[in-house]
Amino acid sequence: MSERKFRQVGTRPIRHDGLDKVTGRAQFGADYSLPGMLWGKVLRSPHAHARIRSIDVSKALALDGVHAVITGADFPAAAAGSEAGGEGGATDFHDLGANVMARGKALYHGHPVAAVAATSSRIAEEACKRIAVDWQVLPPVLSLDAALAKDAPILHDDMRTTGDEPLPKGPTNVASRREMGRGDLAAGFAAADVVIEREFRTPMVHQGYIEPHAVLARTGEDGRSVVFCCTQGPFMVRAYCAKVLGVGTDTIKVVPTEIGGGFGGKTTVYLEPLAILLSRKAGRPVKMVMTREEVFRATGPTSGTHVRVKMGAKRDGTLTAAEAVLVYEAGAFKGSPVNAGMMTVFAPYKLANVRIEGWDVVVNKPKVAAYRAPGAPMAALATETVMDELARALGMDPIDFRLVNAAHEGVQATYGPKYRAIGFVESLQAAKAHPHYRAPLGPNQGRGVAAGFWFNAGLSSSANVALNEDGSATVVTGCPDIGGSRASMALMAAEELGIPVEQVRPVVADTESIGYSDLTGGSRVTFATGMAVIEAARDVVNQLRARAAKTWDVELDAVAWQDGRAVATNGAEGKHEPLTLKQLAGRASATGGPITGRASLTARGAGPGFATHICDVEIDRETGAVKVLRYTAVQDAGRAVHPSYVEGQMQGGAVQGIGWALNEEYVFDAKGALENPGFLDYRIPVASDLPMIDTVIVEVPNPMHPYGVRGVGETPIVPPLAAVTNAVQRAAGVAVRELPISPPKLLALLDAAS
Amino acid sequence: MAHVVFAPGLRRFTDGAESLDVDARDVRELLRALYARWPALEARLAEGTAIALDGEVIPNGEALFERLSPDTEVHFLPQIGGG
Repeated sequence: MSERKFRQVGTRPIRHDGLDKVTGRAQFGADYSLPGMLWGKVLRSPHAHARIRSIDVSKALALDGVHAVITGADFPAAAAGSEAGGEGGATDFHDLGANVMARGKALYHGHPVAAVAATSSRIAEEACKRIAVDWQVLPPVLSLDAALAKDAPILHDDMRTTGDEPLPKGPTNVASRREMGRGDLAAGFAAADVVIEREFRTPMVHQGYIEPHAVLARTGEDGRSVVFCCTQGPFMVRAYCAKVLGVGTDTIKVVPTEIGGGFGGKTTVYLEPLAILLSRKAGRPVKMVMTREEVFRATGPTSGTHVRVKMGAKRDGTLTAAEAVLVYEAGAFKGSPVNAGMMTVFAPYKLANVRIEGWDVVVNKPKVAAYRAPGAPMAALATETVMDELARALGMDPIDFRLVNAAHEGVQATYGPKYRAIGFVESLQAAKAHPHYRAPLGPNQGRGVAAGFWFNAGLSSSANVALNEDGSATVVTGCPDIGGSRASMALMAAEELGIPVEQVRPVVADTESIGYSDLTGGSRVTFATGMAVIEAARDVVNQLRARAAKTWDVELDAVAWQDGRAVATNGAEGKHEPLTLKQLAGRASATGGPITGRASLTARGAGPGFATHICDVEIDRETGAVKVLRYTAVQDAGRAVHPSYVEGQMQGGAVQGIGWALNEEYVFDAKGALENPGFLDYRIPVASDLPMIDTVIVEVPNPMHPYGVRGVGETPIVPPLAAVTNAVQRAAGVAVRELPISPPKLLALLDAAS
Repeated sequence: MAHVVFAPGLRRFTDGAESLDVDARDVRELLRALYARWPALEARLAEGTAIALDGEVIPNGEALFERLSPDTEVHFLPQIGGG
């Protein structure tokens, strides 16, 4: 596999959807309309924690132009049970239903309590104002400390802690407590020459996708619904809506629109079940588009965290033991990404003695959603910052220190199993060899290094490859294209068929036009859906060989496929002129009919991703401002199918992580209302804030993929929090224990130090 | 003979056993053998568990028919989600 010479894979063609996107022709979630369409709006809770005594919608219904109003009472009794989702994470449909529409209790500021469909959005908004809710306001739980306090208000009366003993008894805000590890921790720390223990806090942050959630749903008299929406997973939307609404999946067709970013935040449903229900009640199509404020208040974000890490090392740099306690906010319903935090916190390193504990805690804030390597960046912040401090204490170069301890093939990961071929050592070596690492630094400047790990997923995908009569091809998959995956799918099909990538048209289909496909997430599409595309294209090639064999009147094994042509082989060499794909496609109807290849598979063999990032910053001692001067991201991609989009993922992940480190945070008032629900006050980095993010793609092929591909989308957001923090600490000479490192916070640290 | 390793949190369901060698052709047979030996383990593993087979993490419900080789190493892990 690693010796295969590629003709298409590894090139950088213009993406097939590029022209439509840069000219504004591409249709995103809010761009769809239907005749007779109504507008839907959501009434949201003004309280972070409040019981709903009653809701009176009569005045809203009496308003001219209002066609339907729904509340929690319009939904079937809460669905029970849970189901594997995104990357194997479970979705609790009882909680999902209660999140899309409050049932009896509002659990965060912005929690939906009713929705209206009217002839205009203005009328729908006015109708929302006329809905009378009788609230019993309850004290909100707005922090991990408050949630864990002895006399804390309880969000869910029936919540009991699951997991590993010792467990809290009785009603609690702790959804789960888990523990993992191995070896002898005490002996490990006793063997260390240096032991460092630190605590870190990170706030809730949002994925910050530019496109707000949007949906258009039409439910007919027969109960069948068509849903146009921007989502990472049309099959997920179909399944989740069916569960929440108590209908069959066959009654819902989901058409994925173009998507303007998701980063995990569009791996669940918010508006979709409301729009279906409103359309069913009103008998007309209903369109709903969130405002930016609604996106911030009621979708995403990822967990605020409190992480304690203790690590020990010998003088030669060998790590002897590590311990971590991770406490993550889940938001209003259980299900923070703390499990992934536990499994990733020490994953890059060889450790014989390790103990990791994780707590999933509910608070009166929006329910967290997946965000790019969910749970890992906050865990890596703690580990990689302590690693940097250990390197300084030992007088070692931070990359050399990591190289001493870096996991490689055959090493038992701290979360359990042994690694197959991985590229962590290679990513560290490439970072060390990069000119960036040797560039001189000026006054008030510092350089930080950090590593990151992410599992990457496989899951299920379907693909069809249809050969057109002129020899071009159409590739159909069910995974929305967020990061350039259309181009990657086309490249892989072109590689197998032996035709130019420009002659392959990649299509993202709706739920009735392609077999089941799990969502775009878990860095799985180029790996897993790509595997399905390769298999479907090979199906086409085998059919083409059969047509050539029929034409030449030879056995199938006398026909080989080389560079887009059927050639005679196996003793028949030279007896027949090669037949090109175009010739065979043109004669398809005469040789057996149209040619279509299909594949549906559950991909096995996802290879973990490792990255090493280098960050240079300069601090302003007058203002506390931090400027990122230079940033280099190094990552093992296994095999880069379209290097530009691998680099784009690395750059995007780095930038999101830099924003998380320096600027981004949810700011709540004392009552639990989000005070910065807009991009003016929730400051994500923009192009003018940052230097060009340099990238180095390392290729250690994944032995479990036909081309060696690994997922790349999530790993690059794991190191930046620590890379930036380490750079700031080295530039400023202060200890940073809390993100974001905003100017007032850094100024306070500098003042305290002086 | 698959080699099953139990994380600390699972050991109260395995009478403290840290690992066990199980003669099983696939994951379904392996789980049957484990549940027969330690019935309480079944409910615990139903609480959102993934299974790692020779390093690959697979959602528990999807792994039933995975073949086990004589030297397969098996771990049970918490389920996670990707973005």
